[in-house]
Amino acid sequence: MLSANELKTYITNGLACEHIEVRGDDGQHFEALIVSPTFVGKNMVQQHQLVYQALGDRMRSEIHALSMRTFTPEAWHANGKRI
Amino acid sequence: MDVQAAIKNQVTSNPVVLYMKGSPKFPQCGFSGLAIQILQACGVQNLVAVDVLADPAIRDGIKVYANWPTIPQLYINGEFIGGSDIMRTMYEQGELQKLLAEVAA
Repeated sequence: MLSANELKTYITNGLACEHIEVRGDDGQHFEALIVSPTFVGKNMVQQHQLVYQALGDRMRSEIHALSMRTFTPEAWHANGKRI
Repeated sequence: MDVQAAIKNQVTSNPVVLYMKGSPKFPQCGFSGLAIQILQACGVQNLVAVDVLADPAIRDGIKVYANWPTIPQLYINGEFIGGSDIMRTMYEQGELQKLLAEVAA
């Protein structure tokens, strides 16, 4: 069963993250908060696509559902580091 | 017509298209249900909902079309807007209502 920690590793292996939180304990449904400098200058669709790209085929096979919020470091700090 | 051309035709000939699992009345997935709730909260009138569970070719094809591996997917005037997370964020920011009001006018 896929753990939140494994999913976090999958994402960070493919995408440089300043901060990342992944929750979910049923092996299928996960929630992620991802802060990456790679997101700068990209819209939300492009930011989510970068995360999907980092996950590659796992998104089709292992991961049933991933809900995510993405922030640039600047937006994350402006947000007071809160979701 | 191949499936990519069919999707392109579908999203460009209708102002608001949601690809979802199930129907607006009976969504078959929590994320599709959330997407419908958001669109209804925006007062959408001209929604075309496509049940991807009814058509495996569309279900696979739509993921390629937008380079987006998940469903639901929202299109407004042919443009891919996002999945349910992005819809929720845009709704909270008032952006989605604005976009939908423009196409309803």
